[in-house]
Amino acid sequence: MDQTLIGQFVSLLAAILLLISFAMLSQRRVLTLIKLFAWQGAALAASTAIVAHTTGQPHLYFSAGLTVLLKVMLIPWALHRLIDRLFVRWDVETLINIPATMLIGIGLVIFAFALAAPISHMAGTFTRSTLGIAMASILISFLMMIVRRKAVPQVIGFLAMENGLFFAATSATYGMPLVVELGVALDVLVGTFIFGIFFFHIREQFDSLDIRHMEKLKEE
Amino acid sequence: MELALVLSAPLIGCLLLALAGHRRFAPELNAVMSLVTFAAAALLTVRVIARGPLTAMQAQFFVDSFNVFLVALTAFVAFTTALFSRPYMRIEAHHGRLNPARLRLYHSMYQLFTFTMLLCLLSNNVGIMWVAMEGATLSTVLLVSLYRTPASLEAAWKYFILCSVGIAQALFGVILLYFAAEKVLGPGGTSLLWTRLFDVRTELEPTVLSLSFVFLLVGFGTKVGLVPLHNWLPDAHAEGPTPVSAVLSGLLLNVALYAVVRSKVLVDGALGRNFSGALMMGFGLLSVVVAAFFLSRQKDIKRMFAYSSIEHMGIMTFAFGMGGAVAAFAGLLHMTVHSLTKSAIFFTVGHAAQKTGTQNMADIRGLIETNPTVGWGLAVGSLAILGMPPFGVFTSEFMVLTTAMHEHPWATPFLLIALGVAFAAIFGKVQPMVFGETSARRLPHPPALVPVFVHLAIVLMLGLYIPPYLIAWYRQAAALIG
Repeated sequence: MDQTLIGQFVSLLAAILLLISFAMLSQRRVLTLIKLFAWQGAALAASTAIVAHTTGQPHLYFSAGLTVLLKVMLIPWALHRLIDRLFVRWDVETLINIPATMLIGIGLVIFAFALAAPISHMAGTFTRSTLGIAMASILISFLMMIVRRKAVPQVIGFLAMENGLFFAATSATYGMPLVVELGVALDVLVGTFIFGIFFFHIREQFDSLDIRHMEKLKEE
Repeated sequence: MELALVLSAPLIGCLLLALAGHRRFAPELNAVMSLVTFAAAALLTVRVIARGPLTAMQAQFFVDSFNVFLVALTAFVAFTTALFSRPYMRIEAHHGRLNPARLRLYHSMYQLFTFTMLLCLLSNNVGIMWVAMEGATLSTVLLVSLYRTPASLEAAWKYFILCSVGIAQALFGVILLYFAAEKVLGPGGTSLLWTRLFDVRTELEPTVLSLSFVFLLVGFGTKVGLVPLHNWLPDAHAEGPTPVSAVLSGLLLNVALYAVVRSKVLVDGALGRNFSGALMMGFGLLSVVVAAFFLSRQKDIKRMFAYSSIEHMGIMTFAFGMGGAVAAFAGLLHMTVHSLTKSAIFFTVGHAAQKTGTQNMADIRGLIETNPTVGWGLAVGSLAILGMPPFGVFTSEFMVLTTAMHEHPWATPFLLIALGVAFAAIFGKVQPMVFGETSARRLPHPPALVPVFVHLAIVLMLGLYIPPYLIAWYRQAAALIG
């Protein structure tokens, strides 16, 4: 395939990634959030695979495979089982109402593009135009973690942030060295596992996964 | 060889204790594995001093005078803390706060935590350094919530979320660093090796590196406990078991600061010292001042000393931010004495809280009467951490202050006021706890006080006399990062 076409295809996937980030920001149902997270992982894996194909870097295939395995299959499945066992299919409550959050999100996108402009200018990769999008999706996930009140959506926000970071790594540099990527993947996996353990502990103690119960430790 | 032993001893310890961590001999096994680690670290130190820096495993690991000194310190404090945790955890189990499964988790994770910190210090690969740092969070988060009380769960959740988000920012910093390095060194696994980056540090793209440093400082700074990213720190220190508070304060914060300083050296090569220095000085000074004023409002003894850790990390960050041979020397010395003194204080605080059954300072009274060693340990430790001569903290703080007067006079009043406020707050609260009437009970196991006095003796010695080889060692390290 010809370079510009591939470049456009990667840009399309990047746009999908950003769109999903916004969808997650506006989504109230936990189950849908998990589905969206899986789709985001799929978009990430697809773009990584395309970059791997064009640049002929075998370790990127590996990274794409790892993403599919972890973020499209394993983690969404685990989260699914978790909320089944905890009966927490509630509607998500947000701190700020959703339209206002979306407006803040748009502001973040503009900020991210301004921040990324000088850097993506320097990047030699054909995917460089997507660096701004990667940064924007990191910031939006950050926002999601701030405005959500329940434990599960916060964790999904964290994982979505990790997706954004990986996307930034592929779009700016064609991926990190393999050993680092493996280490990061291990940390994400262990982290998710610990989050899972935590949910049970929190639930046992507070009878709810609402973080508002956990505001006792404050400065007087 | 020594290097392999330093890393494998805690890892083997982790596996062994995962199987046998609930047995009666587990606390001893924990201490023995820590002793092996410490012995290996001592051998490594001797070798590096004798033969200079070394690299291993295709340069994936790297030891120079800067990190070997922290490796030795980390292994030493991890060992003495394991000694302290022996009676401490037995008493906790006796009081019914822990069951065998949680003891096993505790012992195993203690070793894993030591491993991740040593890996972070020894790794030459900036990416692996990041991975190890995140590993340190993951291995301690379940320790903070070990008692499963609502407050401890809340503290652990806060610790987990804040540090994970912080460390994600640092990952972005690492990505940007790799992006800049790839331009010069080409793609592949070796472009993230610190030694290679150090060689080409003047050729790295300044704009990218400045952005990268901001992300790295914010990310690793969250773990250092720099204000305004410090929210997790007092909670995690107050709610976890005391040995965990001791290693968090004495070791983890140092290791996080080490990561910041390593990144600073690279950025300084590309940008000159002003940019990173100004940022670090700003964050450091803010931490010192804010923490000092929070000190007086604390009611919980462990929270109070956690704020004191924030204050001291601020002093170190400020010292490294000023840069130059003297300030870097002072920063390194302060790292050593703070980590020894603070862990000694936590040892005594742990036993004091066990005796009185509370961490509330208003209810802890008359320690000298019931257990003179705990009382004196707390009194002497507090004086040492407050920077009273002749302790080592005085020496390093004095050096930081004189350098600040010389190079950045505007900062001196802030530092002096903060130190004064901290003194008034801590001294005013420790004094009635040590003296005064009491109704404390006896402990079912004799408390471990040897580590306390060993630590305080070393701090006292460092205040009166720093051995020449130690001076040479600090100088080398200071020249490297200055």
